Amino acid sequence: MNAAYSGVPRWLIAVAAAGALFLVLPLAAIVLRVEWLRFGELITSDSSTAALLLSLQTSATSTVLCVLLGVPLAFALARTRFWGQRVLRALVLLPLVLPPVVGGIALLYTFGRQGLLGESLRILGVDIAFSTTAVVLAQTFVALPFLVLSLEGALRTAGTRYETVAATLGARPTTVLLRVSLPLVGPGIVAGAVLSFARALGEFGATLTFAGSLQGVTRTLPLEIYLQRETDADAAVALSLVLVAVAVIVVALAHRIQEGDAREP
Amino acid sequence: MPVSLECSARIDARNVDVRLSVATGETVAVMGPNGAGKSTLLGVLAGLVRPDHGSAVLDGKTLYDGGASLPPYARGVGLLAQEALLFPHLSVLENVAFGPRCAGVPRKLARARAHRWLGEVDAASLADRRPASLSGGQAQRVAVARALATEPSLLLLDEPLAALDISVAPMLRRTLRRVLDGRSAIIVTHDMVDALLLADRVIVIDGGRIVEDGPTRSVLERPRSSFAASLAGVNLITGTTVPDGVLTPTGLHLAAMMDEELPLGEEAAAIFSPRAVAVHRARPTGSPRNVLAVTITDLEQHGARTTVRAGHLSAEITTASAAELDVEPGVEAFFSVKSAEVSVYLR
Repeated sequence: MNAAYSGVPRWLIAVAAAGALFLVLPLAAIVLRVEWLRFGELITSDSSTAALLLSLQTSATSTVLCVLLGVPLAFALARTRFWGQRVLRALVLLPLVLPPVVGGIALLYTFGRQGLLGESLRILGVDIAFSTTAVVLAQTFVALPFLVLSLEGALRTAGTRYETVAATLGARPTTVLLRVSLPLVGPGIVAGAVLSFARALGEFGATLTFAGSLQGVTRTLPLEIYLQRETDADAAVALSLVLVAVAVIVVALAHRIQEGDAREP
Repeated sequence: MPVSLECSARIDARNVDVRLSVATGETVAVMGPNGAGKSTLLGVLAGLVRPDHGSAVLDGKTLYDGGASLPPYARGVGLLAQEALLFPHLSVLENVAFGPRCAGVPRKLARARAHRWLGEVDAASLADRRPASLSGGQAQRVAVARALATEPSLLLLDEPLAALDISVAPMLRRTLRRVLDGRSAIIVTHDMVDALLLADRVIVIDGGRIVEDGPTRSVLERPRSSFAASLAGVNLITGTTVPDGVLTPTGLHLAAMMDEELPLGEEAAAIFSPRAVAVHRARPTGSPRNVLAVTITDLEQHGARTTVRAGHLSAEITTASAAELDVEPGVEAFFSVKSAEVSVYLR
């Protein structure tokens, strides 16, 4: 295929190449540093498998939570108008820019034993801090804005013309939501869920602060990697590669789901 | 005729203040310049725009009155827009069955009803297709079926043919003509032909006010508002179709270029622009033109051009040739027009 005239200056391509290299080189460094002879043994140790399973399980749970809470939040922000909406949007997106460790402290003073809701929760017999539930909460806290942000964008792009037509055809708001709006922004929800899952998988700071690091309970893969780095650098590198692989698989999978959606309209 | 819709609406933000009624089974065309408030009026009736003041009653049901307003889904008002807006994730059949399903009709029955409406608009063969695979005309046909399948008390059409190819618009117009017959409807249009063929009555809105309201023929033939005049500004002769044109009840034969095979002996309207008309003092001979003997009733000069009127007919010629011809009211003259300039539409 002949390339059409792109109008992009050459020096820009050079800078872009430097940027791409900056992102790819560290990944290559990990691959080069892996001790391939011990790789299998390193990633199948008890502590490693426990961390990997815990990571997958908590990330999946928090992704579900993100969808359940984030979809209504995105609709409210994109499709309704209320007092204080701009402030709320800014606050919802705050976890994106907040250092995760600050998020962890905030969660600790909300759900922790001495926290805002901690006392009430304890009366109900629920103790969240330093449990697997705490891991899920920490991950949801940092991942939720990704879903809200991407879905809100998709909703704004889609507009409300189909919803209007559905209403004039006699569809009540709940019917419009279930049969028109959600199917139309399905790809946007999938994309947001994938971003959330990826963010949850990489969560470190808030988890360590709010949930601690107990093997099999709260020690997710990033925490395990950080811990191993002190004692066995080879294990840390091997596990890092596993995390990279999982991330790549998830992103590729989501890409295929979205492509499939686009092909079959 | 019993009244179907009685409404008044004032929308301050858009400076619209109108009051109108639609009789049961009547189709009303709403015309007017861009930004005159036509689409706003449809939005108010569909429940998408809240008026600052006014009320509307449709078949005994109050759509809005002061602060109270029925939501769009409970109004029984259908809306057909310029774009078909078929739900892209549903098949054609599911699109048409959507309305009945929302009304609580069981799936099987809703599908049967959808099939029937698709047949009604000559789109039965499209039932299993996806909207993305339809042409603009096909999609709009399906949209008509979808709007009608809810059996609305009032159908609103917002320039339903404007986005279509010139080649497919006439066919869909004929379909609309068939399905709108006996149905209460309001159609916003810029096209005089739509008003003539689809509507019983024309309302002209200008600057947010109704400036003209009357039977289609009389508004188009004797416009009182400047907008209707500029829009109508055409010559309209009605009669029945003959092989090469139209024959009027008074025996006048008007030859026309027939783009498509029209059935003979049908009621039809022949339309031609005043700019296509030449004016003569003596009967022109030896040319294949339509010649109409007329008595000049009025002259109207707009700079270099002059409109010569003779009853319902008008010719637009240069002011210089009007002077040269020495035409004035009361003078006998001849209007001639090439058959290629005459369009014929079935009524």
